[in-house]
Amino acid sequence: MTAFFQSWLGFGWGWFVANLILILLIALPLMLAVAMIIYADRKIWAAMALRRGPNVVGPFGLLQSFADGLKVFLKETIVPSSANRALFLIAPVITFTVALIAWAVIPFGPGMVLADINVGLLYLLAVSSLGVYGIIIAGWASNSKYPFYSALRAAAQMVSYEVSIGFVLIPVVLWAGTFSLSGIVGAQQGHIFGLVNGFGFNPLLFPLAVIFLISAMAETARAPFDLTEAESELVAGYQTEYSSMSFALFWLGEYGNVLLMCGMNAVLFWGGWLPPLDIPILYDFLFNASITGMFWFFAKILFFFFVFSWVKATVPRFRYDQLMRLGWKIFLPISLIWVFLVSGYLMLQKQGMLPW
Amino acid sequence: MIQVFTFYLFATLVIVSGVMTIASRNPVHSVLWLILAFFNAAGLFVLIGAEFLAFLLVIVYVGAVAVLFLFVVMMLDIDFSELRAGISQYWFPSVMLALALLAELGAALLAHNAGGIDIAGRTAPTPAETSNIAALGQLLYSRYLFIFEAAGLVLLVAMIGAIVLTHRARKDTRPQKISDQVRRRPQDAVVNTQPPVGQGVEL
Repeated sequence: MTAFFQSWLGFGWGWFVANLILILLIALPLMLAVAMIIYADRKIWAAMALRRGPNVVGPFGLLQSFADGLKVFLKETIVPSSANRALFLIAPVITFTVALIAWAVIPFGPGMVLADINVGLLYLLAVSSLGVYGIIIAGWASNSKYPFYSALRAAAQMVSYEVSIGFVLIPVVLWAGTFSLSGIVGAQQGHIFGLVNGFGFNPLLFPLAVIFLISAMAETARAPFDLTEAESELVAGYQTEYSSMSFALFWLGEYGNVLLMCGMNAVLFWGGWLPPLDIPILYDFLFNASITGMFWFFAKILFFFFVFSWVKATVPRFRYDQLMRLGWKIFLPISLIWVFLVSGYLMLQKQGMLPW
Repeated sequence: MIQVFTFYLFATLVIVSGVMTIASRNPVHSVLWLILAFFNAAGLFVLIGAEFLAFLLVIVYVGAVAVLFLFVVMMLDIDFSELRAGISQYWFPSVMLALALLAELGAALLAHNAGGIDIAGRTAPTPAETSNIAALGQLLYSRYLFIFEAAGLVLLVAMIGAIVLTHRARKDTRPQKISDQVRRRPQDAVVNTQPPVGQGVEL
């Protein structure tokens, strides 16, 4: 597509227009997906609580999210008089933007990635570490007690779990031999006996997949780790003073991040756009290879989103000290030992010193 | 064209946010400007082809160090006008420092005009086919191995030292023992009794 536009508009402008279109092609369906995923979340949650969930707006309540969106859009943005105005308004924008820009390096299918940079994984880490600023700034700029408590909690929580996520990623990178996400997906093809795709099926990497899933929940502040907005303690956490679109941007950013973390689970441990088994027919049974790749990737994202909703519906909220204990005293040592184990295994394998 | 534009964009933002870090009255604003400066410096790193260093800068400084910094500054209650009150007594060292920096800038400009340094060729002298990370890793684990390991050791010692200095074993707390809780079975916790009418439960 870039080549097509470049033949029309010259090198620079062609690149610019093509990339603009590609960005919109990712961002707009993502917004739609977030709307539908909020609906799905509420439906799953309701089903587990033996309720009906949204069922009034549109067929099966499918338009509920759009009705909610319209409602917040039409409301007035209220800035508390003692708030720090500029920072108060910039915070939801940061959260939302950060949730969107991370998708630039996610491979949706064979060769279908906006920016196939060779440090894609570091880019994702950097972006997810930026995500905390939206919450901290919101909490501080609100000039109110509960949002501030929430901001402090969010800062400590995200920094803590980023440590264990970082250590979990190292064995994956060692095994794949690259930081590029396309490279990591490619390295998982036929990983087990040349038949099963995905690092997660490797018994040496499976514990890391579990740690990563739990850390992903903590990183996105989803239940059971949603201490930043624990309604029994902090009203609504950092969102307490927000209304209308600024609130909606937080909401969209939060679910965008949840989808991103589901996508990262799929890409890093469960083969990304590869089918679960390395059988040629599974690579292009829908129209062509690209669409089939997207099908598998989206199926995995939806599966992990179901896990996220399932956990949200069934697991009670952690206490803050329990959260810190899990991050620092359990996940950090385990992932550190696993870095050692996996690198040792790979070294022995490279030297040909394994008995098999 | 676009490189020049991006370079001046990032460079201007670094300088502006650096100035604002010093100039803003609110310490939290200062930290946020500092974070913006870090971020734009990372952009400059990407521009000269050091993408690994750029992302490390964002992950370590913006993602961890600055968050903790912001965390502390947000909770402080400092009256900055009071702190600034006595600053005029330091006018002599600060003017000297400013003059020294100015002289260095001038020297750098003169040297640059003399030509022949070829900075663009030296900023990221990795071979085209090696990726940034691989090149850096090869250097760190061969030529600079001992320095690298020593730096790691220094950090480890600093970390352990900080923990030793601040940790104290408190006797008056009753911490939760999660393994005990998990090991507890219903029959340990619940006693079934059938007290006769008119009598209470005796434990």
